[in-house]
Amino acid sequence: MSGNRSIAPADDTSAACTRAPIGLLAELTYRCPLQCPYCSNPLEMTGKAGELSTAEWQDVMRQAGELGILQLHLSGGEPAVRTDLEDILASAVEAGLYTNLITSGVILTRKRLKGLADIGLDHVQLSIQDTDPASAERISNYKGGAEKKREVARWVRELDLPLTINAVVHRQNIENLPAMIDYAVEVGASRIEVAHTQYYAWALRNRAALIPTREAFMKSMAIVEEAKQRLKGILVFDVVVHDHYAVRPKPCMGGWGRNLVDITPIGIVLPCHAAPTLPGMAFDNIRDRPLADIWFNGQAFQKFRGTSWMKEPCQTCDRREIDWGGCRCQAFAMTGDAANADPTCVLSSWHADFKALAEKESHEPAPPFIYRRMNAPANKTHATSSV
Amino acid sequence: MAGTFVRERLLITSDSRPLLPSHIKLRYDNARRRWIILAPERVFDPDDTAVAVLRLADGQRSVAAIVAALARDYEAPVDEIRTDVMAMLQDLADKGVMTANLEQRHERQ
Repeated sequence: MSGNRSIAPADDTSAACTRAPIGLLAELTYRCPLQCPYCSNPLEMTGKAGELSTAEWQDVMRQAGELGILQLHLSGGEPAVRTDLEDILASAVEAGLYTNLITSGVILTRKRLKGLADIGLDHVQLSIQDTDPASAERISNYKGGAEKKREVARWVRELDLPLTINAVVHRQNIENLPAMIDYAVEVGASRIEVAHTQYYAWALRNRAALIPTREAFMKSMAIVEEAKQRLKGILVFDVVVHDHYAVRPKPCMGGWGRNLVDITPIGIVLPCHAAPTLPGMAFDNIRDRPLADIWFNGQAFQKFRGTSWMKEPCQTCDRREIDWGGCRCQAFAMTGDAANADPTCVLSSWHADFKALAEKESHEPAPPFIYRRMNAPANKTHATSSV
Repeated sequence: MAGTFVRERLLITSDSRPLLPSHIKLRYDNARRRWIILAPERVFDPDDTAVAVLRLADGQRSVAAIVAALARDYEAPVDEIRTDVMAMLQDLADKGVMTANLEQRHERQ
């Protein structure tokens, strides 16, 4: 990191400062053996060519530590596709980051996992698609995944690494939510993420195939509440609710440019992974500019940071520093203006339509999945009309 | 499925000898000038009292011993401290960031 540039805000003299992000999402690659139709990766994905090199990622880790980032999420795609995952992890550990491997597990070996644990990996988040193996195969379009994942979960616990099970919930697996919770306990996980699908990227394209009815969603919340009480002290729940059936938006990414920074496989530094769907944004690349400079001064990070960009109803809302107006990408997709309130909010003029389309789609027969593929034809439909 | 699980909720008593699990890290955050607890996909922001408790929770001292030490240091009534400390440790245990040394002390020596 260049030491002779003034990169921090004027009121702070050190690069490591109170306004540094808490977490870094490092999307090491878009390559992945699974083809889940709700993937958060973009519809048009870059392949191996152009990915940041080992040395470039290692430099990112050093910069992250210097900036004051605390947590690293090694993600993708499938991060284990990168054969240099160990080298990148070692740099992260050296930089003092708390390291989290977000994996599908399917290409991991016990030997490799042991190596990662020895380097200093702190935590593993393992995804499951369903507890029913045939359903899991159909959702991920990958054979034998369920069996392999159970094995990986066992290795994780044998190596004394803490385990989180990540379950993305949608209309095609929501009936098995109680079984997914039991699964997490059986495999020795200490946390479960019950993540109702968030409709961006591939999930937005597959929304009609994924969106549950309000009744199914409400039932799933009751199941979680019961399980939370029953499993207190055994399993920690982290629940991502369904926007279309909510009345207030989530503080997306904990607020734009506040807590999290995302770096794509080719080095683009983003406030959130869906940000490139917004018009008129200029994103910096880590190859061109130091991370701290991008975080504090980059155009994309400044654009929706804080509250000064807000319009009504956000501008005078009591919750403006609680939910930060919700998600900019969802606001743009639904209303055509990224500075509008997230349509999840009851105060948004678009809320009724947003809710109605979920009610309608979820009661129609589910169309076939459009699987996540590198070379799948991109959906050229305007987001405004498809949301 | 209730009752078939191998694990049980940790219930903190005066005899418990609490400690942070190996994957939970209590650390001073230089950038933000505060103590933090690093946990899977979570960062906790303990107050001064919690930090004092956590630094004593080494898996050897019992809750009773921790309470006695704090009562001495802070010149506060033992009963009051005990209530606060036990509630805090139970809360942390339920969040998965606190465990207790279940082995008998003599087995460790």
